[in-house]
Amino acid sequence: MAEVLLFNALRAAIDEEMAHDDTVFVLGEDVGHYGGSYKVTKGLYEKYGDLRILDTPIAENSFTGMAVGAAMTGLRPIIEGMNMGFLLLAFNQISNNAGMLRYTSGGNFRIPLVIRGPGGVGRQLGAEHSQRLEAYFQAVPGLKIVACSTPYNAKGLLKSAIRDHNPVLFFEHVLLYNLKADLPEEEYLLPLDKAEVVREGKDVTILTYSRMRHHVTQALKPLTEEGYDPEVIDLISLKPLDFDTIGASICKTHRVIIVEECMKTGGIGAELVASINDRYFDELDAPVVRMSSQDIPTPYNGRLENLTIVQPQQIVEAVKEMLALQV
Amino acid sequence: MVQERILPTFQADSSTITRQEGLQLYKDMVLGRLFEDKCAEMYYRGKMFGFVHLYNGQEAVSTGVIKAMRPGEDFVCSTYRDHVHALSSGVPAREVMAELFGKSTGCSKGRGGSMHLFSAEHNLLGGFAFVAEGIPIATGAAFQTKYRREVLGDQTADQVTACFIGDGATNNGQFFECLNMAVLWKLPILFVVENNKWAIGMAHQRATSQPEIYRKASVFGMPGFEVDGMDVLAVRTVAQQAVARARAGEGPTLIEALTYRFRGHSLADPDELRSKSEKEEWLTRDPIKKLAAYLSEQDLVGQDELKDIQQQTQSLINEAVQFAQESPEPDPQELRRFIFAEDE
Ligand SMILES: Cc1ncc(C[n+]2csc(CCOP(=O)(O)OP(=O)(O)O)c2C)c(N)n1
Ligand SMILES: [Mg+2]
Repeated sequence: MAEVLLFNALRAAIDEEMAHDDTVFVLGEDVGHYGGSYKVTKGLYEKYGDLRILDTPIAENSFTGMAVGAAMTGLRPIIEGMNMGFLLLAFNQISNNAGMLRYTSGGNFRIPLVIRGPGGVGRQLGAEHSQRLEAYFQAVPGLKIVACSTPYNAKGLLKSAIRDHNPVLFFEHVLLYNLKADLPEEEYLLPLDKAEVVREGKDVTILTYSRMRHHVTQALKPLTEEGYDPEVIDLISLKPLDFDTIGASICKTHRVIIVEECMKTGGIGAELVASINDRYFDELDAPVVRMSSQDIPTPYNGRLENLTIVQPQQIVEAVKEMLALQV
Repeated sequence: MVQERILPTFQADSSTITRQEGLQLYKDMVLGRLFEDKCAEMYYRGKMFGFVHLYNGQEAVSTGVIKAMRPGEDFVCSTYRDHVHALSSGVPAREVMAELFGKSTGCSKGRGGSMHLFSAEHNLLGGFAFVAEGIPIATGAAFQTKYRREVLGDQTADQVTACFIGDGATNNGQFFECLNMAVLWKLPILFVVENNKWAIGMAHQRATSQPEIYRKASVFGMPGFEVDGMDVLAVRTVAQQAVARARAGEGPTLIEALTYRFRGHSLADPDELRSKSEKEEWLTRDPIKKLAAYLSEQDLVGQDELKDIQQQTQSLINEAVQFAQESPEPDPQELRRFIFAEDE
């Protein structure tokens, strides 16, 4: 396939799955006539009609609950959060009903549901439109949480999420929609629970996801030029974490740096540190370093915004510092 | 005391129901009543735990609505006050009782408890412990029926969903949001408000700007009806019309049933706030006695038969307790079972 933009890769995933299974439908704000706030569903309304690409009123908690009810009774809804931050209004339905209802019902019902949409810190969108909800939701039992980062994994992961029989929160990043890549012509699916080894190396394991993967890869150039050999892992699955891949890497490098865009307090990195200590403490040659966004509402001013999130140069320095301590 | 709302009157005559129907309604209401009485007993004897909300007094609503629907085909969505909705929906008393005992044979396998009763087999969508959160779920089930019919071309998809909520829930945004969507997409759903005048200790007229809830339908262009919630025949008649509309693809209906709970909010509630006179007044409208009187007046059922029904129901409930008592606890090995779809 010729070069495909990430948002088009997502659309292709939805289109293919809708063609493959009549019970799959999309609902959300402006997904239909308008084509989605980031054009992920553009053209699908014309193809599938207004019940399968359902424009909803601005009522996040209710349309999310409605999707849960539809999923319980046999459909496979895909909710688009116009911006993932808006799903704070749907927290109750995502937690109590998408996440917990299957267990609470003793297995009476399944909830095959995808909740996807743009999140992360964009370009000067202000605090409310720059939220990273993955950490807020990670404690909810029964949810799977996935973050895509390239056109290739976006498509393969979204297709798998749609076929999964569980509720999947699927995070896209506002600044990654225009990434381009050649995609395979043939159909492919990617596992939801597998991390992706972006670069093999032996010095230090860098754990990252979503847009920060690209900040890490920017840091790789200066680092490798100076002879450093980091291993980079894109977590992909934020819940459950893929400790097979993470653990194998730690047993090789014995050092870990986490680079994330969510806030430090109670973040994905915080969970990683705790779990790594639980499982691999004896393997570590240095304390795990956690590089996160500042614990502040994302400021509007561009400079301040840049100071809020981790920059490639800081990653370079962190790697050097950690390896300077090498005994 | 605030002026009581005048209950709308309903004139039942001899043609309103057949003997068979009368027996069915009576049995269902007695089952609900005696089941709840047994729950109170078992709760105080330390056999069930947590918050247990009983339905005594409101039986005419559950029976009147659910028995106007197709068992096992139509969907029922309840609240935390869900035991009797589950029973009317056909979930066996023993499975409900076992759930309240936390046993593995319970309808939610001991994972849910009183406020989380579910049965896929009987299309009982829950059991929702948070006020109003079931409304979107019910709306989704109704959307599913429409989708199945119009997108998947299934001409047999004419199921109706009944969504039960309290007066307190109607002040929540999910109520208004779902009324809006249900009309917008003409969904086959009944919003059944059981207005028992109280939301724990919050009197209805202190919580809402327009206490006549059925009127709130009109701004959405939805038909809204008030009905005497202590009269099962009145409830049933309104419900039948709403079910017929929904089944014919004509969209949702809001039904406000004026009713009263004969016990405290939950078994943990000392029930000190509601006045004695209010309680006494409503006790005179006991819906089961009202139906019994009608059945005798119309010569449909004899007194002895009604007594027999009570006795048979009592033994069924006693058996349910025995079943619950003898059932095994969930296997500790299965603590994590049912989190994900894969662990069937
Ligand atoms: C979201 C939420 N807020 C508060 C509560 C606590 N609560 C439980 S029942 C109740 C009152 C509800 O009254 P109503 O809707 O009239 O139903 P009823 O109990 O009378 O059947 C409240 C406030 C809750 N369960 N969920
Ligand atoms: Mg009430």
